[in-house]
Amino acid sequence: MVDRIPSGTRDFLPDEMRELRAMTDRIRTVFERAGYGEVYTPALEYESTFARTDSTESGPAYRVFDELGNVLVLRSDMTIPIARLVATRYREAETPLRFSYFAHAYRSVRPQRGQSREFLQAGVELIGVTAPEGTAEVLTVLCNALDAAGLETYRIGLGDASLYSAVLDRLGVEADGRERILSELANGDFVGLQKEVVALGLNPEDADLLLRVPQRRGGPEVLQTLPGPLEAAAAGMRDVHSLLAPEVAGRIIFDLGLVRGLGYYTGAVFQVYDPAYGVPIGIGGRYDDLLGQLGRPLPAVGFALNVERLHIALTGEELDPAHRNPRRVP
Amino acid sequence: MSELRIAVPRGALFTPTLELLDRLGVATLELRVNDRKLLFEDVGIVTMRPSDVPTYVEAGAADLGITGKDVLLEQSERDLYELLDLGYGHCTMVFATVAGEDPAAEALRRLGVMRIATKYPRIATGYFLGTGRQAEIVEVKGSVELAPLTGLAEGIVDLTASGATLRENGLVVREEIASSTARLIANPVSHKLKAPAIDALLERLNAL
Repeated sequence: MVDRIPSGTRDFLPDEMRELRAMTDRIRTVFERAGYGEVYTPALEYESTFARTDSTESGPAYRVFDELGNVLVLRSDMTIPIARLVATRYREAETPLRFSYFAHAYRSVRPQRGQSREFLQAGVELIGVTAPEGTAEVLTVLCNALDAAGLETYRIGLGDASLYSAVLDRLGVEADGRERILSELANGDFVGLQKEVVALGLNPEDADLLLRVPQRRGGPEVLQTLPGPLEAAAAGMRDVHSLLAPEVAGRIIFDLGLVRGLGYYTGAVFQVYDPAYGVPIGIGGRYDDLLGQLGRPLPAVGFALNVERLHIALTGEELDPAHRNPRRVP
Repeated sequence: MSELRIAVPRGALFTPTLELLDRLGVATLELRVNDRKLLFEDVGIVTMRPSDVPTYVEAGAADLGITGKDVLLEQSERDLYELLDLGYGHCTMVFATVAGEDPAAEALRRLGVMRIATKYPRIATGYFLGTGRQAEIVEVKGSVELAPLTGLAEGIVDLTASGATLRENGLVVREEIASSTARLIANPVSHKLKAPAIDALLERLNAL
């Protein structure tokens, strides 16, 4: 009889481990140099800690009882444990606080390449620095980490979690209609979105706004000529962009449709893409309300890279030179 | 356009999809004459079964794809963008049983559960769950109409365009579940990184 391992998990053998370790070592150096001290927290937390926060669909999936009957969860990310850590161990500490981590998280994904139920994340959290400075710092660390990992053709989509809600508020779209619209958007179903928007019976201009905004993505021109309700979010993105060094700014794609599965994010959100791999490699953003939910209200921003996906993208770039950009982004 | 790789479905959607590509100025002659070849690198087209299109697009092996809404409903967990309703390939997902007294209703009433044969187990499961009826879903790979005629199941959930196959086998539509047309889908990363090419294509499609 062959002993199996649980669906969505796998073993890592020396050749792969050597490559992963080399990559994470290079990233760790970047984090340390930028002043982000490494922390580690238990893989198991009390369910109540996660339940007190706005973690959504990608929240904890695996629960166990301890010997006293308490419900424990396997953490679904490191952001909430670190928020808990700040609210308890750094209750009085001066800010800003900078932490990095290399830790496994657990989610009930549909297992396939790059989708493991136990997966290693490499990330940072910057606590106590507001937008735009904090956001710009973290984006810079992110790019430095990706450069150090060896990725060449990556881009970073930058959006704003509050943007679409602001449009819906402004147009007075409430209750059921709003829920259905957000659900179509989260599913990436623009055909369904169009149906829901038509059903609202708005004037053509407003309907057009709801339909077109989530499909706007590209260079800085995306932020021009935005109507009133979007101006605040657009100004926020422009502020962040103006603080970035050219080599970081050149990696940014503005993406007004970046609203999927955002959970606790409040402002800027970002995702890492690479043409060598059809799946996002990392996600990040501002979560200015989360620490307050755990007892120490502070603005915060961070990102998490999926190390396995990073490795897939890296090998993808190496195997297929066609993916390489002939000229580096400015 | 060959900057983009498009997954094109063989089967019922193949001909109308080629007509659409013709109108966009894509050279499709080779696709029409060579039905064994699968990869047409010059024009950026790969051909496959409609139900495989979401698999290729989700993984980024193709940037865009064309497939039926029925396939997308059945594979709703896939991480994809659905960009456009292409309007052709119209058909309906139906719940059908043999004509006359409804044997599925009788099974439900007397045995508590009806057996439903289908190639679309997730759509069928979701539909009967949503309408509060207990159903045992029997997955078959082809000729679903056979199931109620042989006693494998009391009813079927299947896709029908004209209803001719149902009628020929003495089946009647009891309920319509969803309607389906061909859709243009995109890989989410390609949608960001190849935005100009994809938007240009969408604009041309909208202008047709």
